[in-house]
Amino acid sequence: MVSADAASVRDMTAETAAAATAADALAGLPPSPAVWCSGLHKRYGRQTAVDDVSFAVARGEVLGLLGPNGAGKTSVIKMLLGLVRPDAGEVLLLGRRSADPQSRSAVGYLPELFRYQPWLTAAEVLALHVRLSRVEVSDQERRECLALVGLADRRNDRVGGFSKGMQQRLGLAVALVARPELVVLDEPTSALDPLGRVDVRDLVLSLKSRGVAVLLNSHLIGEVERVCDRVVILDKGRVAASGTLAELLGQREVRLRLGGLDGRAEARLRAAGSLTRSSDWFTVALPADDDGVTVPDLVHDLVGLGVRVHAVEPVRISLEERLLGILRHEESAP
Amino acid sequence: MTALTVAGLTLREASRRRVVWALLALTVVLLALSGWGFTKLVGLDTDLGTMTSGEARLVASLMLNLIMFGMSLIAAIGTAFLAGPTLAGEVESGQALALLARPVRRSSVVLGKWLGLVTFGCGYVVMAGLAQLLVVRVAVGYWPPAPASGLALLAGETIVLLTLALLLSSVVSPMASGIVAVGLFGATWVAGVVGGIGGSLGNEGVERVGTVSRILLPTDGLWRGAMNAFQDPSALVQMGPRGGFPFLSEAALAPAYLAWAVAWVAVVWGLTALSFQRRDV
Repeated sequence: MVSADAASVRDMTAETAAAATAADALAGLPPSPAVWCSGLHKRYGRQTAVDDVSFAVARGEVLGLLGPNGAGKTSVIKMLLGLVRPDAGEVLLLGRRSADPQSRSAVGYLPELFRYQPWLTAAEVLALHVRLSRVEVSDQERRECLALVGLADRRNDRVGGFSKGMQQRLGLAVALVARPELVVLDEPTSALDPLGRVDVRDLVLSLKSRGVAVLLNSHLIGEVERVCDRVVILDKGRVAASGTLAELLGQREVRLRLGGLDGRAEARLRAAGSLTRSSDWFTVALPADDDGVTVPDLVHDLVGLGVRVHAVEPVRISLEERLLGILRHEESAP
Repeated sequence: MTALTVAGLTLREASRRRVVWALLALTVVLLALSGWGFTKLVGLDTDLGTMTSGEARLVASLMLNLIMFGMSLIAAIGTAFLAGPTLAGEVESGQALALLARPVRRSSVVLGKWLGLVTFGCGYVVMAGLAQLLVVRVAVGYWPPAPASGLALLAGETIVLLTLALLLSSVVSPMASGIVAVGLFGATWVAGVVGGIGGSLGNEGVERVGTVSRILLPTDGLWRGAMNAFQDPSALVQMGPRGGFPFLSEAALAPAYLAWAVAWVAVVWGLTALSFQRRDV
C-alpha cells in the first residue's frame, strides 16, 4: 500500500516535472512575430495590386516598407489589418489569425488617408478609440498621448477645425493611445512640416526602445534609413528586395586614385573585389563580410607592387541609391 | 459593447451635425401650421352650410392622416439621408479606416449604426407624431382610435426605410443610397395609391401593383396600417369602402403582414452585415 502510494507520488512528480519542462520550453520559445504574412495576393479588376508578398516583423523591430507609387504598399498594410480581403494568403498579427478581430487588440494604425469624426473633439476621438480597443487608459495617459504629438492645448477643440498636419498628429495619437504592441504607420509624415517629421522619427525610435514593433511605410527614404532595422522593397506588387539595412547596404566600396599600374597590380585589385575604372580612378566593391583589413592590405600590396597611391576614399551606398538601383533593375536583388 | 459605442456615436453625430435641430424646427413649423388649420376647421362655412362637429371630425381624421404622411416623409427623408452617408460616406472619406482597424466585428459596427439610427428615427416619429395628435385634440377634439399602434407602425415604417438605406449605403455611394431609398419609398407609396384606384375600379391587375410593391418594400403597407389606426372609423362608411382615397385605409394591418415586415428588416439587415463584411475599405 505504502509502496503503491509512493509510486503514484513518483508518477505525479514525474507528470509535474514534464508539465514544467513543457512550460519552460514554451517560455523559452521566441514570442510570435508582431506581423507574419505569407503569399498575399490581391487583384482589383484586371489589375494585380499585390502578388505573392510574404514577410514578417519581429517584436520590437522597425520594418520599413518602401517602393514607388502603386507598388502595393498600402494594399499590403490594409490586408494585414483586415481592411481589405486578400484573394489569397495568410496573415498573423501578434500570433493571431487576422480573421479574428482580437488580433488587432494591441495594434495602432495611422492610415494614409487620415480622417477623424469632424464633429468630435480630439479628446473624444481618443476616448472613442480607447473604448473600441477595450483597454483601460486613464485620462492622464490620454492627455500625455496628445501632448506627445503636440496637441495638448487643442484637446477640447473639434477635429473639423484642425489643419491637415494637426489631423495627422491626432492620427498618431490615435495609433499610440491604446498601448499598442504593434504600430502601423502609413505615410506618417505626408502632411507634416520638417519639425513634425523629426518628431515622428523620435517617436518611432522611442517605440522601438520600448519594444513596440513598427511597420513604417514612407516615401522619405532618409527617415526609413535612420529608424528602420529592416526594409522590404515592393515593386509592382511583388517583393523586389528585403533584408536588414546592413544586408541591403552591405556592399561598401572604396575608390582609389592610382598611378603607375601594371597587370599584376590590376590583378591584385580584382582579387579584392569587383572592379570598375574611370581614367585613373578605380572603384573596388568590398565583400559584405569585410572585417576592416581588406583596404589596408590592398594599399600595402599595391605600394609593394610599385603603384603610386594618390587617394583612398571609402564610398557608402545610400538606401536611396540602392532602392533606385533595385527599382531600375541595375543590380540583382540580394 | 462595440455596437452600443457605435450607436452612441451615431446619435452624437445626429445631434452635433444639427440634424436634430433642423428636424425640430421643421416639425415645429408643421405643428404650428396644422394647429392653425385645424382651429379654422370648426365652424367652417362651406357651400353646404356650417360644418357639424361630426363632419369636422371626419375632415380632421383625413387631414390628420395627410399631415402624418408629411411627418413620415420628413422622418423617411431625414433617416435615409442620415443612413446613406453613414457607411459609404465613412468609407469614402477614410473615417472607417482607423475605426475598423480596431478589434471590432464589422457586423457590430453595422448593428451599432442601425441601433443609433433606429433610436433617432423612431424617437423623432413618436415625439413629433404624439405632438401632432395632441395639437389635433386641442384644436378640434379629435383623438384617434389606436394612437399607440399608429405611432408604432409609423416608427416601423421608418425602421424599414432606414434599414434599406443602410443596405444601399454598404454597396453604393452615399448620395446614391439616400436618393434611391427615398425614391423607392415614394414609388411604393405611388404604387399603393395606384393599387387603391385599381381596387376601386375593380381592376385586379392594377390592384396587384399595390400589393406586390407592399410586399417588396413594406413602408406603404405599414403606413396604411398606421392610417387605419389614426382615422375615424366612420370615415370609411361615409367615404365608401372602395373609394381609393389615398389618405384612408380600408383595413387594419394583418399580423401576417407585420411578421413579414419584421422578417424583411431582419433579412435586409443580414444582407447589409454580409455586404459590409466583404467590402474592401
